[in-house]
Parts: sequence; C-alpha cells; structure tokens
Amino acid sequence: MGSAVPNPLALVAEITHRCPLHCVYCSNPLELTKRESELPSAVWVRVLREAAELGVLQADFTGGEPLARPDLTELIRAARSAGLYASLITSGLPLDERRLDELVGAGLDHFQLSFQGAHEQSGKEFSGTETHAQKLRVAGWVKRRRIGLTLNFVIHRQNLDELEDMVRLTEEIGPGRVEFAHVQYYGWAFQNRGLLLPTRDQLNRSLEIIKRAEERLRGRVRVEYVVPDYYGRYPKACMGGWGRKVMLVKPDGSVLPCHAANVLPGMTFENVQAKSLREIWQESEAFQMYRGEDWMPELCRNCDRRSQDFGGCRCQAFLLAHDAGATDPVCSLSPQRTIVNEILAETNAIPQGSQVPPPAGEWLYRANPK
Amino acid sequence: MSAPDPESRPRLAPGCRLNEKAQPQRVLLMPERALRLNGPSLEIVERCDGNHTVRQIVTELQKRYSKAEPQKVEEDILGYLARLQEQRALDFE
Repeated sequence: MGSAVPNPLALVAEITHRCPLHCVYCSNPLELTKRESELPSAVWVRVLREAAELGVLQADFTGGEPLARPDLTELIRAARSAGLYASLITSGLPLDERRLDELVGAGLDHFQLSFQGAHEQSGKEFSGTETHAQKLRVAGWVKRRRIGLTLNFVIHRQNLDELEDMVRLTEEIGPGRVEFAHVQYYGWAFQNRGLLLPTRDQLNRSLEIIKRAEERLRGRVRVEYVVPDYYGRYPKACMGGWGRKVMLVKPDGSVLPCHAANVLPGMTFENVQAKSLREIWQESEAFQMYRGEDWMPELCRNCDRRSQDFGGCRCQAFLLAHDAGATDPVCSLSPQRTIVNEILAETNAIPQGSQVPPPAGEWLYRANPK
Repeated sequence: MSAPDPESRPRLAPGCRLNEKAQPQRVLLMPERALRLNGPSLEIVERCDGNHTVRQIVTELQKRYSKAEPQKVEEDILGYLARLQEQRALDFE
C-alpha cells in the first residue's frame, strides 16, 4: 500500500447496549452485547488515551444509552484528561440535575439529546417508553449550564408530519444546534424499513419546511437535515470513507469502522483488549479492507466522484445487493440501482393521507441485552 | 449576513473551544465539527474571549499584519466572525 494511513478524527465510544428505550429504528445490531461482556472502566480510560495519541480530536459517548453506565463521569473525565472533546449522545434518561452537574464538572463539552417525536404520544409510539417530559426537563437543565446542546429529532415516515411541531419545539428550547435526521436503514431500522421510509411527497414537503426553519433560525440555531439516501442520485460518503475519519469501539472492545459493519460476512474485528488502537487503525484486516481504491469495482475506480463518496456504503451494498465490495446500489450509476427503485416504488404506492401509525404489534421494538 | 457591531465582544459559544496549546495542530472544536486554525484564523479565535471588542481584534491584527492592506484585514476579520457566528461557534456580547 505504501503511504501512511492518515489519523482518525473521531472515536465513537459505544460503551453499552443497555438502554431504557426500545426504539424501532435503533442502529445497534440485532445481537446486543451482554452486560457482563462490557469493557471495564480502566480499559476505556486506556482506549481514550490511545485515541488522543493517535490524533483523535473528539470522543462521542453513545450506546445503547451511555447514562446506563455508572462510570460515565469517570470516562468523560478521562476523555478530557487525554485532551479530547467529550460529547454525550443520549436519550436523557435516566438523569437528574445532580448527575448532570457531575458530568459537566468532569468536563463534558456537548450534550446531544434525542427526540423520537414532538409530543409525548409519538415519542412513546416509537421508543416504547414515556420520555418526552423528562427530555424537556433535561433540555432546560443543560441550557442553564454552559455546555453545547444539540437536539436530535429522529425522523421517518410515521412522524415526518410532526416536522413543523419539531421546529417549533426547537425554537422554544433554543439549542445551539438541531439535527433533523432521517433514520438510516441498518440494524433494527432495516427490519422496520417498510414502516419507516418516507414517501417522495413527504420528503419534498419536509425540504420546504426545513428551508423556512433555516431562515427563521439563522444566527440562533445551526440546522442540519439528513435525508434518506435512497432518494438521492449519489451515495453518501459513509463515515467520511471506510477507515478514514472514524473508529467505533463496541461495548465488548471490538473495533469497527462503523455502526453496522458486523453484518459483513467473513470479517474479523480486532479487540482493544488484545491490541493497541494504533495497531488496529493502521494494520487490522477489517480497517484495511476497503481503504484506498484497489478494492473498488471498475465503475467506481473510473469515476470522478470516487474521492467524494468513496463508492458509498459497504454495509448498504451488502444489505441491498449482498455484495460488500459493490458500488452502493443507491448510486444512480450502479447497475443495481433497480433494487432501490423497487423499494421506492413500493413505498410510494402507499395511498396519500394514510399516515395513521400502525398498531404496536407490527413494530419490531428493540430488545434489551440479557 | 450583517456586519458585526464593532463594540460587541465575541465569545466562543457553549460547546465551542480551542484544543490544547500543546497539540501540534490548533483546532476549534464544536459539536460534530472541528475547524483547523492557522495564522490569522487562530489569532482571531484566540481573541474571541468575551473581552476583546471586534474593533480591538481588527486593530491588533492590522498591527500584526502591517504589510497587508488594513481595509482588507478588517473585511476579512468581519467576514470570518460573521461566518463563525452563523455556524453558532460565536456569540456577540
């Protein structure tokens, strides 16, 4: 290969799969890590230090629900001691003001709070848990402390009609940043995709609403809108490219280039308990597998966009076309784009106005690890 | 994008800060974003401490970059500050 591998920029610390919510769109794998397999605190502390030494700038603490780990404060402190920016990606449960103060005292930089809907009812429908009132309380507490606050509204066909209410809620709360993020179809969301993928009409209406929201919120709230790539012409630059910017460490210590890579057949992932982060990043088979251009199909290797989108998402190529080395079928240049077109045709055959949520029995609610 | 008030004091917004001085590349860290800072951009951001007025930042950098056209320095700084504010990295106090 020759040239040195550039350093990663972010470490996603998926510290547990335990979670009080049961979101139907969860991107965790269907096989969740058992509690007793979780890494001990001391190992996470070492991993954070190694990440900083490798050039990582930001640590994102996530899960499951990272608040489910009693040592979270210690881990945030360790991230800051190592020189990392510490972000918490959370549902806001379970949390009280005292614990929030501990996290802030330990150096937490940024609090990203998820919303499953604009109201208690929709929040409960999609997470299987009553959370809305608590989230509003938490947002208020965070605003009174001087740390970053992002609201992350997870969007899909069943709640997209609440978008204007979500914008209104954002204006009321006044975070520094808001992300309206369409569900990505991996893990539990892939199972529930038939109920989650929006119609073209919904998507077009949403683009108008977001445009108006951006104008209203300019200078007050940074607005980001992530749309489903099935409706795009070209694929997303997934994770900024395989093994280019991000490392994800799972609750059991295995290291992956993204949330979903465990679906790829024949891949072994190294574990931080056996190897250093540097060794894993630079040399492991999994990280090397789709780096550079040698692995690319001819279509991508000759394409001007290859340095922009890197041929799209490997996991999506596998999930849709059963070939992890293929061009992402979302790409309009892919011979397998027909797979995506068929899914869209099915979705858009749904009659207008039938947005009544399905009965609870049709959703596959995320389980908890045993 | 309106020009910043020269008497206002820019301060990095909550969740936005510089990385440590000891690190080889200085960066402005923000939620899900990192901006590399070199030379003038670093000197501007370092002065966004809630104490320096916009006017003071312009004056100080015009002195440091005395070979550059003062008008251009001012325009560049005002433009940069306005962009940072729009990205919510800065508040003008």
